[in-house]
Amino acid sequence: MKSLKKYLDKIKPQFEPGGKLHAFQSVFDGFETFLFTPNETSKSGVHIHDSRDSKRTMIIVVLALMPCLLMGMYNAGYQNWLAAGQTEFPFWQLMGYGFFSILPAIVVTYVVGLGIEFIVAQWRGEEIQEGFLVTGILIPMICPIETPLWMLAVATAFSVIFAKEVFGGTGYNIVNIALITRAFLFFAYPASMSGDMVFIGRDSILGLGFNLPDTFTGATPLGQIATATGATQIVNINGEVTTLWDMFLGLIPGSFGETSTLCILVGALILLSTGIADWRIIVSVFVGGVVMSLIANWTATATYPASFLSVGEQLCLGGFAFAAVFMATDPVTAARTTVGKYIYGFLVGVIAILIRNYNSGYPEGAMLAVLLMNVFAPLIDYCVVQANINRRLKRIKA
Amino acid sequence: MSILLNIKKGLDLNLEGQIENPEIVGELKPTLIGVCPDDFHGLIPKAEVKEGDKVLAGDALLRDKNNPQVKVVSPVAGTVKAIVRGERRKIMNIVVEADYAEEGIKAFDVNTTDRTQIIDVLAQSGLLSMMVQRPYGVVPSPDATVRDIYVMAADTAPLAPSFDVELKGKEKELAKGVEVLSHLTSGKVYVARHESVKIADIPGAEMIDVKGHHPAALPGTVIANTSPINKGEIVWTLDGVTLARIGSLFLNGKVDWQTIVAIVGSEVKTPAYIKTVVGAQVDQLLAGKLKTESDIRIISGNVLTGKAVTKEEFLRAPYTQITVIPEGSHADEFMGWASMSPSKMSVSRSFPGHFLGRRFSPDARLLGGRRAMIMSGEYESVMPMDIMPEYLIKAILSRDIDKMEQLGIYEVIPEDFALAEYVDTSKLELQKVVSEGLDFMKKETE
Repeated sequence: MKSLKKYLDKIKPQFEPGGKLHAFQSVFDGFETFLFTPNETSKSGVHIHDSRDSKRTMIIVVLALMPCLLMGMYNAGYQNWLAAGQTEFPFWQLMGYGFFSILPAIVVTYVVGLGIEFIVAQWRGEEIQEGFLVTGILIPMICPIETPLWMLAVATAFSVIFAKEVFGGTGYNIVNIALITRAFLFFAYPASMSGDMVFIGRDSILGLGFNLPDTFTGATPLGQIATATGATQIVNINGEVTTLWDMFLGLIPGSFGETSTLCILVGALILLSTGIADWRIIVSVFVGGVVMSLIANWTATATYPASFLSVGEQLCLGGFAFAAVFMATDPVTAARTTVGKYIYGFLVGVIAILIRNYNSGYPEGAMLAVLLMNVFAPLIDYCVVQANINRRLKRIKA
Repeated sequence: MSILLNIKKGLDLNLEGQIENPEIVGELKPTLIGVCPDDFHGLIPKAEVKEGDKVLAGDALLRDKNNPQVKVVSPVAGTVKAIVRGERRKIMNIVVEADYAEEGIKAFDVNTTDRTQIIDVLAQSGLLSMMVQRPYGVVPSPDATVRDIYVMAADTAPLAPSFDVELKGKEKELAKGVEVLSHLTSGKVYVARHESVKIADIPGAEMIDVKGHHPAALPGTVIANTSPINKGEIVWTLDGVTLARIGSLFLNGKVDWQTIVAIVGSEVKTPAYIKTVVGAQVDQLLAGKLKTESDIRIISGNVLTGKAVTKEEFLRAPYTQITVIPEGSHADEFMGWASMSPSKMSVSRSFPGHFLGRRFSPDARLLGGRRAMIMSGEYESVMPMDIMPEYLIKAILSRDIDKMEQLGIYEVIPEDFALAEYVDTSKLELQKVVSEGLDFMKKETE
């Protein structure tokens, strides 16, 4: 490691102002601080600092996403095999198929997103920040497997520039960057983001998997319900009934990384045990979801077929759990006050189920619920802060 | 009946280099002592002496430009050796070469119970400038109307000296001090002690028994949890050592500027208490006591609020502690963010060290880059006060006077944010922000 550090120290002057590679200073800084913890010591205030930093925080979130990503790979293969009428599911081939179908999407989002971040950091003369490490892996995981790469690139560029950098970069954005990317795709290219043609890998990749006929369709559970009338039976591609257990494990069509509630819960365990995500938000999203599901279920009518779903199905389907654990908990866009977090989480849960049940045009209610509450989070915090101010004013009068 | 305060939030930093044996192991009569005007926040220093002047212990070295009767005095008899000036002729230090041959302690006429006269004696004897006035955390102004006075007879900061040692055998002085202070306020004189010390009840004082982790025994915490400061109110705070000095002044007419200093930290061979004089030179205090001479940080005070000093500098007021930790500026730690080393100190459960219940020897590195405020709820978790720290910091950064006032800036001084600064993932300089905000606020509202 000493020789690597020596080498970095040797080439460093070239990246400093006046050096011939100065245009890449932010890139160099990014890699240098990634490889070696900065030796900068405290100049004011406290003399020691906690070992945790922004890099560790972000990396733990990425780690917590890994079970979902791996399950997404397996499920991508599984759905293709199933659609091709196979009865045997060779594990490594399924994983390989999933790996090669998601890899280009991950590469594209990271290259586009990090590229923009590096340029902006250089332009502002700031250190590169690590927020996009999480966003970059989240984006492919919440999009359908068949999303064209150029669309991903356009949407990623749009959200990084217009939802993040124009507001001031990491820590200043109002809405969740990954979700705004998905929302952009959803509204700009609805045909490629919803319906029954995009959620299952259709082509064989590098000799793995099977080419499905052009006429093949396979709708997600919520997609099936949206087009149904009255209480309906959710089925898989071959018309067999999908059980709650299948939904929990995640062996259903859906966006790449969000289908497995089991893996999401493993991720939640990682985030909560390390204290990165706030349990208040996760718990209250689920509470909100349960409450709204119960209300919907008690008043179920054939006009709104999704209202016939049980509480368990509501929580396992359509990225609800994924949104609760990974999206609503983004500290920058969530409510920041303790009391605010309960209100914010509860409303995310309620609104996600509300949209899903009563607007069949948007079966993916969780995404819209989180975005909506991102916008309202500052208002919730404002009220909580105002309560603190009022307590202080009252004290003077008393 | 004492008031019970059970502080739930907070954090004790378990650092290596604590004192095992609570006995005073030696005495140092430093040949050089120094007084640093920066330690007396809000005081605009004017020199009262010239180089070469002879002074007694208790003779003024500095006065406040705005309140000329408020002095900072020499803790020893001797000769003024140097007045060290920095940029724009700002006084950095006044150095006195001590002469222990003669018993040269200045005597004051203390035969009074009149408030104005008591304050005048305190101001002249240099004891008023050892106290702190809130809001703003400045040297008390003699004409202030004081709501209450809070005495801290405990220190919960990392590796802090025990007041059992600092105040041993000073019961008489403490009682006299409380009696004197009671003339200064129409309110109460509170004395706060922590569960970790065994200070006896002091007659005349309202005792507060504090339980819990640091910052349980910070004045800010105790005030916020007993009777928070409202706009327009003024509270004075001081520590038990200063209280005992006030007592000895009003008992004997003289101030005892001897002090007991804890020499602690992971780079100290045998952490111990040593008897010396206020303002002693660091070099003499640490002679032969360090494990290593290179790449260390000497802090006059504790690791959270103390001042980094060189060996040529002096023990800074009001601290009775010197902490020596590694500097770490050549650590070159490979991918520290991924480290699972049990020697990494953190409040985060993602570090194995968090669970080991061991002591740590952290260095002075930031251990990460400065970022915008990303994580929420971190500051609140270590600040046991009913304020919204994040929002207060944002109000300060935007210099929004109304918001600062509404969010309780009068209740805090920089040290109240020290733990928040330690735990902050984004490594923001919170104490500096608060200090600048308070100075701005003071300037704008006066």
